[in-house]
Amino acid sequence: MKRAFPIFGILTAVLLAYALYQALVVAPTEQTMGDVQRIFYYHVPSAWTAFIFFFINFGASVVYLVKRRPAADIIALVCAEVGVVFCTVVLITGPIWARPVWGIWWTWDMRLTSTLVLWLIYVSYLLLRRFSSGGETPVLAAALAVLGALCVPFVYFSIWFFRTQHPQPVMGGGGSIDPRMLHALLINWLAFSCFAFMVCWSRYRLETLQRDVDQAHALKSLRDPRGSR
Amino acid sequence: MKNGYLFAAYAATWIIHIAYLSTIITRYSRLKREIEELKKR
Amino acid sequence: MSAPTGITRATLLKDLRLEWRSKDAINSMLFFSLLVVVVFSFSFDPSAEESRAIAGGLVWVAFLFAAVVALNQTWAREIRNQVLDAYRVSPAPANALCVAKTLGNFILVSILETLMTPLFIVFYRLRSIGPAWQLLVVVALGTWALVVNGTFFAAMSLRTRSREIMLPLLLFPISIPAILAMVQATTAILGGEGARFWIVLLGTYDLVFTTVCLLLFETVLNAE
Repeated sequence: MKRAFPIFGILTAVLLAYALYQALVVAPTEQTMGDVQRIFYYHVPSAWTAFIFFFINFGASVVYLVKRRPAADIIALVCAEVGVVFCTVVLITGPIWARPVWGIWWTWDMRLTSTLVLWLIYVSYLLLRRFSSGGETPVLAAALAVLGALCVPFVYFSIWFFRTQHPQPVMGGGGSIDPRMLHALLINWLAFSCFAFMVCWSRYRLETLQRDVDQAHALKSLRDPRGSR
Repeated sequence: MKNGYLFAAYAATWIIHIAYLSTIITRYSRLKREIEELKKR
Repeated sequence: MSAPTGITRATLLKDLRLEWRSKDAINSMLFFSLLVVVVFSFSFDPSAEESRAIAGGLVWVAFLFAAVVALNQTWAREIRNQVLDAYRVSPAPANALCVAKTLGNFILVSILETLMTPLFIVFYRLRSIGPAWQLLVVVALGTWALVVNGTFFAAMSLRTRSREIMLPLLLFPISIPAILAMVQATTAILGGEGARFWIVLLGTYDLVFTTVCLLLFETVLNAE
């Protein structure tokens, strides 16, 4: 198990490098947008990865509410954090892409707006975890995660209808995609998924270590109430 | 010209990821030191 | 099924009676609502054409602020008198408490809205081109959406530091679909267009979130 971590890490790094090569060199240049379109190969996989991790957060939160397993709580926390990181990437690369293509930094495009709301929901989840203390945090956070996840379909529906009423420029274009572009996109998605998994793994190890340290402190103060850290 | 944006987007992505990873790494090493001290006492 | 309804009714009546006697919350909220309407009138010039187009949104932002002020004091009285611990220990189902609190808040916020609406109509010279009864439906559904989530999050915020800021931080993101629906529906009705999609969305949202909040309330109340 100990050795798997660095091996996986190296494999992921290689995959990311290959994915970068695919995105920058192999994939054909898009006709209307030019090379700037290659942001797509980082923007979209980050979005998909964020959604997957938010979904895992939902699953882990439900498991925690039903079974109260501490591991489920840690997975929920880790997935929310990593999801927010990837979501942040989407929200930063989106405007950077929009600016040269549309001349504006932000458009109330359906994908970007929904991602923003998703980001807000999961940042509020992380804030709840930070601002609550003690044993009730996992339960409260799990309840919030369930509500947040249930909110997601409403977010998409409402923004979809809002956008069809007030049409906005569509990011990423529609229509069919060149197979070489699709290939590069999927490779980048695979690479970022592996990377996200590695980050989650690291964060999971950090969290278990943190809880061990907290427990050690608690035991120590029980045994020796007058001793201080 | 426009490729400045492409570079900025890719750089921003990696800056964000590396920033997050470094918070994990620094917290981890600090905790490791703490648990060593706790075990010693 | 009579015990929970009895508790719900008793709690609701108690809250309403206490509020009627002291009028603490309602007075401060009324004044706050008036201030919000006036400040909005200065910020978004009511005589400008654009302001009339966004009046639907302005009204709901004002209602949202008023709701947060109402929600923040929901559990304050209970904490002061350690009523929550008594509830946890008693065999009464936690849902009854949740329903009572939500209904109480709904009534409170509805009263605020009823008092603020004429002010908005006068200041912004609002006129509904579409059927006004639909506006009542939208306001009822929208207020319920804010209140049902707000009461739940207020209970959650009790266990956190910075209790008062935590409530809006948790409430606003999750309420975004509902807020979008409320504002769009209001604007549509005022402008004479149909709002059926938004009303259905709001209704579904209310149904889903009321159910889930009721299911999870006991868990949250007893979180240890």
